Amino acid sequence: MTETPLVHIENLNVEFPLGRKLLGKPPVLKAVNGVSMDIMPGQFYGLVGESGSGKTTLGRAILKAVPISSGKILFDDGKVSYDLGTISQPDLKNYRKLAQLIFQDPYAALSPRMTVRDIIAEPLEVMEITKSREETDERVREIASKCRLNLEHLRRFPHAFSGGQRQRISIARTLVCNPDFVVADESVAALDVSIQADILNLLKSLQSQLGLTFMFISHDLSVVTHICDHVAVMYLGTLVESAPTRKLFSNPRHPYTKALLSSIPSLDPDDSKKAQKLEGEIPSPVNPPSGCKFHTRCIFAEDRCQREVPEWRELSQNHAVACHFAEKLASAS
Amino acid sequence: MSLLSVENLYLQFDTDEGRITAVDDVSFELNAGEVLGLVGESGSGKSVTAKSLMQLNPSNSVYGSGSKINLELENNVMDVLSLKKAQELVIVRGGAISMIFQEPMASFAPAITIGNQMVEQLLIHTSLSKKEAAELSVEMLERVGINEPGKRFFQYAFELSGGMRQRAMIAMALSTKPKILIADEPTTALDVTIQAQVLELMKDLVEEFGMAILFITHDLGVIAQVADRVAVMYLGRIVESGPVREVLHAPAHPYTKGLLNALPKLDALDEPLTPVPGDIPSPLERPNGCVFHTRCPEAIADRCNVSIPKRVDVGHAHAASCFAIENVSEAA
Repeated sequence: MTETPLVHIENLNVEFPLGRKLLGKPPVLKAVNGVSMDIMPGQFYGLVGESGSGKTTLGRAILKAVPISSGKILFDDGKVSYDLGTISQPDLKNYRKLAQLIFQDPYAALSPRMTVRDIIAEPLEVMEITKSREETDERVREIASKCRLNLEHLRRFPHAFSGGQRQRISIARTLVCNPDFVVADESVAALDVSIQADILNLLKSLQSQLGLTFMFISHDLSVVTHICDHVAVMYLGTLVESAPTRKLFSNPRHPYTKALLSSIPSLDPDDSKKAQKLEGEIPSPVNPPSGCKFHTRCIFAEDRCQREVPEWRELSQNHAVACHFAEKLASAS
Repeated sequence: MSLLSVENLYLQFDTDEGRITAVDDVSFELNAGEVLGLVGESGSGKSVTAKSLMQLNPSNSVYGSGSKINLELENNVMDVLSLKKAQELVIVRGGAISMIFQEPMASFAPAITIGNQMVEQLLIHTSLSKKEAAELSVEMLERVGINEPGKRFFQYAFELSGGMRQRAMIAMALSTKPKILIADEPTTALDVTIQAQVLELMKDLVEEFGMAILFITHDLGVIAQVADRVAVMYLGRIVESGPVREVLHAPAHPYTKGLLNALPKLDALDEPLTPVPGDIPSPLERPNGCVFHTRCPEAIADRCNVSIPKRVDVGHAHAASCFAIENVSEAA
């Protein structure tokens, strides 16, 4: 491939120290542990995992909202290229315009005391993108209509809107400064199903209209498979599998991916897939299991999994997995 | 006679902004050993309906005069809504009916051990001694799949993981041997792998204890996996109800169809998602006629926005309230 990735992540670690100890080092929580990934321009990149898997922390690290402990994050949109580890203050200011975040809860994300117009305009004013009030208004109206908000809505306050409308306001605010890259963190999780589909369609159409690249973080595998081109699965801070959506879904090679897929409740009452239920719960990230972190819940685990950390390796183009027995798993199914 | 029958339940809330109708003419029955799923989006009145069964709604609620909730207890039928005093309600609350909530962290008192909370409610509802209550509690914790139940008994809610807290909640709700268990979005706050475990556990427990479950959720997939019958609610009304297989395979009401189409399906990745058009109306601007007509693709002008459609049978024990169906059945 000749294309350069928009976001290139190499062996990224994000650690949070937990309190202080009188003697010796304080315990560390490894929220993100040795993650490498490439997000291509124009991609809808999905990141799935259970709560505590580090997916939000990874998203925030890319936005430089949490400090990076070690590893590299490179951002290159063809015009500018930044190394987020060593980025300077003025460059970081510019980066904030290029990389943005959509939050999960549209009820908490919007200030109840600001009008919708002011909420959407705030990023433009704070980052001094527009010069005059007229220009700001122009930009606000433009993005609002793209997010299917009426001009009449702009004068009102957030409390007058339903969850779906609020999420559209929140998306407009994110996109008003023309970013290249957007992290959508559980952006439809708080919405009802009938509205969820609407927001997903809106994100998809905005992506093609505005040429955006998305990182879509979610715990809902069926939503992710529907909207994303590429999906990465996280477990306890590490990536376990990453592949184009179709490939991942039709041919999962990590036992955790398989288990996740079979845990989604099926709409068919007769389909009571007893196939693969995971035992136990996700272990504490402060004290993760040795070797392969998934071995405590894995039905295929052998002695080797307790000792050796499985290597992150590419099975076929764009399909990478971290499991000693990925080949065996394919033949087992 | 069924274990529980709700007839013409009508409930409004008195608020500063006016009276809000939360539940509008809801009737359903619940039989022993059966799981009834109540599906709907936020604001559809499913939780309020369930809470009415125990009169747990806030003091500004006004029940309609024709509303009846009949509960059968040892050959004697009791109208829950006629109970006034807290002492009388104890028989129902936590006695005949137990409830588990969505967020287990918020349902346990943070400063009292799991064990003491379980024992406390057993002392209120049963004639067990403190020691017997403690023994039963540990036994129940073990039954719901909590390891080291003896140790967990002395722990606080924050020391348990999310899945374990929900299991403890279920153990607590079942220890008084209720006839009916109301489960209000019991797995929504859990991860999918844990959700699968908890659903499995609940199915086993229905069989073992032979109680009835009213299972409230917004997730049709979960309904498909646990429920025998399902009732679909929209803006306070049941728009469709029937056996879960029939409703999911052959939905009759446009809202049920819309909900099913809006769900991302894993076996049809190429098909675009079809959202239900429009937004859920604010409860203050409740539509006239059929509550769904503002978003309905099949709405009939001058009819759906004027009068309320009656329930029409569309199959065995399967009914829906919609003029579009009435027309079809009249023509046939």
